[in-house]
Amino acid sequence: MHEFALAQAVVDAALQTADQAGIRRIVRITVRIGELQQIERDCFAFALNEVLPTTEPRLVDVAIAIETEAARFRCRPCAHAFALPDVQPLEGDSEAEAIHFIPELAHAFIRCPRCQSPDFEVLAGRGVILQSLEGDQ
Amino acid sequence: MDPRLAGIERRLAEVRRVIAVTGGKGGIGKSSVASILALVLAERGLRVGLLDLDVTAPTDHIILGADDSVPTEEFGLQPPQVHGIRFMSVSQFLGHEPAPLRGTDVTNVILELLAVTCWGTLDVLVIDMPPGLGDASLDVVRLLRRAEYLVVAGRSRVVVETVRRMLHFLSDLRVPICGVVENMAREPGAVVEALARQYAVPYLGALPFDPHLEDAHGRAAHIGRTAIAVALRGMRDQLFPHSAGGQHPAP
Repeated sequence: MHEFALAQAVVDAALQTADQAGIRRIVRITVRIGELQQIERDCFAFALNEVLPTTEPRLVDVAIAIETEAARFRCRPCAHAFALPDVQPLEGDSEAEAIHFIPELAHAFIRCPRCQSPDFEVLAGRGVILQSLEGDQ
Repeated sequence: MDPRLAGIERRLAEVRRVIAVTGGKGGIGKSSVASILALVLAERGLRVGLLDLDVTAPTDHIILGADDSVPTEEFGLQPPQVHGIRFMSVSQFLGHEPAPLRGTDVTNVILELLAVTCWGTLDVLVIDMPPGLGDASLDVVRLLRRAEYLVVAGRSRVVVETVRRMLHFLSDLRVPICGVVENMAREPGAVVEALARQYAVPYLGALPFDPHLEDAHGRAAHIGRTAIAVALRGMRDQLFPHSAGGQHPAP
């Protein structure tokens, strides 16, 4: 599962953020998963739980919340706004897998439903982000 | 916050050197130099990775004959072994589809690849850079602080003009430049050597124009016999002075 690498990055980012903010005990991390990358929420929760260091004092009491965000796109040439259910279904598993590993490869496999351009902006719901972190100083 | 920025360091923790093969101009032979350099370093017994960051026009898989190579998923993405090189490229996900990407998309592809690729222990990661001073060059400088740059040049005034800009850019940033090579050299000349001297960086020598290189693409054994491979073997000890005789560098 390549989700482990992203989960590890989330933990590393949380610890870095805590250091920068002078937080000694992180109580809550909120992670947002974008729809485009097609990462399953349960799968990512499992990966996060697995990579969470049990001996790290800043993380002993942490609660992890995972939110999902719908993907939204806007076509640059025709300004059409669209969502993932609006586009043509992908042709095969390998296309979905490519986007799962590298969401920008959507530009190779997804087209604007109105004008068929691959030149669209991903307005929301791209991939994994550390949405917020709460803790005690 | 983008967690990938924090994840990159961990993924490259066991990579001893990063050499970014760059140059100012498209068509100057960066991909050939990067791919063949990776091959000749691997044949010396070094543990080598190759990352094709020319994400809108990847070609290293053609040079290496690695059309069918695919990464596997285990903790992250594990690069497949290609002729003794751990190799990653967007071509492994794209097939022959075009990927029209704007600058921010290129940055995201680079971030994603660096954050999820498990290189393991490498003596060197060779990066094939896209031409010019665009997003990818700025991102490699930003994200891979310890990268060294191998600048591919040629004696055409058109090439010299763009390579000079690249050397100027890298020198201003005070990033290490491990050498300048002249590619597709047809006759002896001092233009590129003079350019290297002007920027006080090592001139590693000339890679001769080889009319057989095109036929060798895709066949590693043939690639190893090309004039460019022979010349790069001659530069190997300058780039890796501690690896002579097939020994791994001391930890």
